[in-house]
Amino acid sequence: MLPQQSILRLDATAIDYIIIALYFVFVLGIGYLARRAVSSSLDFFLSGRSLPAWVTGLAFISANLGAIEIMGMSANGAQYGIPTVHYFWIGAVPAMLFLGVVMMPFYYGSKVRSVPEFMLRRFGKPAHLVNAISFALAQVLIAGVNLFLLATIVNVLLGWPIWVSVIVAAAIVLSYITLGGLSAAIYNEVLQFFVIVAALLPLTLVGLHKVGGWQGLVDKVSASPGGSEQMSAWPGNALSGFHNSFLSVIGIVFGLGFVLSFGYWTTNFTEVQRALASKNMSAARRTPIIGSFPKMFIPFIVIIPGIIAAVVVPELAQFKANGSGQVDYNDALLLLMRDLLPNGMLGLAITGLLASFMAGMAANLSSFNTVMSYDIIERYLIKDRPDEFYLQTGRIVTVAGTLVAIGTAAIASGYSNLMDYLQQLFSFFNAPLFATFILGMFWKRMTATAGWIGLVSGTATAILVFVLSENGVINLPGQGASFVGAGAAFVVDIVISVVVSLVTTPKRDTELVGLVYSLTPKQQRTEVAVAGDGGWYRRPVLLAGISLTLTIILNIIFA
Amino acid sequence: MADKKKAGAFDIRIVIAALIGIYGVVLTILGIVEKQQEIDKAAGININLWGGIAMLVFTALFVLWARLRPIAVPVEEDGTGE
Repeated sequence: MLPQQSILRLDATAIDYIIIALYFVFVLGIGYLARRAVSSSLDFFLSGRSLPAWVTGLAFISANLGAIEIMGMSANGAQYGIPTVHYFWIGAVPAMLFLGVVMMPFYYGSKVRSVPEFMLRRFGKPAHLVNAISFALAQVLIAGVNLFLLATIVNVLLGWPIWVSVIVAAAIVLSYITLGGLSAAIYNEVLQFFVIVAALLPLTLVGLHKVGGWQGLVDKVSASPGGSEQMSAWPGNALSGFHNSFLSVIGIVFGLGFVLSFGYWTTNFTEVQRALASKNMSAARRTPIIGSFPKMFIPFIVIIPGIIAAVVVPELAQFKANGSGQVDYNDALLLLMRDLLPNGMLGLAITGLLASFMAGMAANLSSFNTVMSYDIIERYLIKDRPDEFYLQTGRIVTVAGTLVAIGTAAIASGYSNLMDYLQQLFSFFNAPLFATFILGMFWKRMTATAGWIGLVSGTATAILVFVLSENGVINLPGQGASFVGAGAAFVVDIVISVVVSLVTTPKRDTELVGLVYSLTPKQQRTEVAVAGDGGWYRRPVLLAGISLTLTIILNIIFA
Repeated sequence: MADKKKAGAFDIRIVIAALIGIYGVVLTILGIVEKQQEIDKAAGININLWGGIAMLVFTALFVLWARLRPIAVPVEEDGTGE
């Protein structure tokens, strides 16, 4: 992505810089204000478990609305078209609802402070260590991706060298997290959500107007190299890489939907941490469910602009036709902004992108510091110190994580389609994790040994599939290799876990109360009635039902 | 921050409304003095003007929400929109 600076240079003027600067004043101001409320490590790492559900719900979305979502999904939109919506409607939304309805009672109810800590209580130390280390590793890698994209924007905008941009961007994110901890990260994520919407919605509307409305877009895409199948969601052969339509649907539903997305959304501490910060069980369960409502509409302001860019921007249309030119799919949004937005709105759009990447990186770092401090340092390295020690450790770990992320930004720069790269990472870490969690939550016989052996063998399987597809032994274009890798990792994890469980000794039932479904009394799994929590719209299961119905309707409309 | 004593000044809704409100004012003014060339760039829509007005409306709604339901009472049927 380096040689395109001149083509992509956005024509920003003073007013655009003022709009961007205003945003940073607010971001740092929130960090400063939040600092006053941080008096213990629980405040710093879990916001003192005090936030209302709409705040954590939007933060839940924003934490993920980073580089992956904005650049990756618009790039996918430009390349594959409408089938990209599967990441949202088959992937994210059902998984988020499952998290809120089924899994959150165990997370929040067991009072764990992190997802790895749940692992510790259910399966003991080996599984905990495997999970904590692989999670921490994944977070700094992904933080590096976010940081790299953030720096790319600054580079395009100001013409600063990439490495200077990386360091400045890292410094800003670092300053507000070390000041205010998770509260600062979460409040900024909510602010970022609105700024991102304010930036991308006008871009989408102007773009749609430009191509002559929805029908105009359908006509233009049908006439383009993509063809008309890029305007319908199913069966999505190009996305999955399967030629057979039936296999493609299976691949998307099982590989992307069930394994990759459930794995990602239900076990990824970056998101779950937002729910753990909420003020009671009901709010914790509602966090992902409330988040699912904006989530299902995000494709319209992320994927649609990508599709529009591929037919409206000459350079990108040429790239799609014959793969030549100096731009690629990752530049879709920037090119569209360059061509359509007047100064003022352009500044806001740039702010939205910066906000998005900072949100992503801040989310990675704030979950990284929690797992490093609570799960690795406090548990294994430096035990039994006063709380202030771990609060201070959290701040130091954040600085160290940022430095490592600067290094991983360099790794991220080597890949043309960042989405492929991230999908690979998720299939390494999340698919086996989900298999272990779901089996452990519903099968009390599953043993501690099975926990970590299952995780390790599942992850090894995902890596094996990755290596085979890199060497051309398995040949699937699109995201098919990730789907297969995730599916294989899931199945291997389940099979190995069951086999190992049957030959090892399970934990006693009394140790598993609150952690396993059949051993947890119903009142411990459901929310206690709290004043101010009345009203039908605060009932998690009902809300989830409404969300699911809407998602199914969207799937039918765009089938 | 949802603690009743601390909340008031640091209601995130007011912070959001303040930032979007300032953006709304700036964009609306830009939209009013917009040159035809810039309007043509955006496919004939004065996007600064309309975007600015929409943000001012959003700001008004958020301030109203914060006024009607002061802090410590979680209200979640709103805030998911836009």
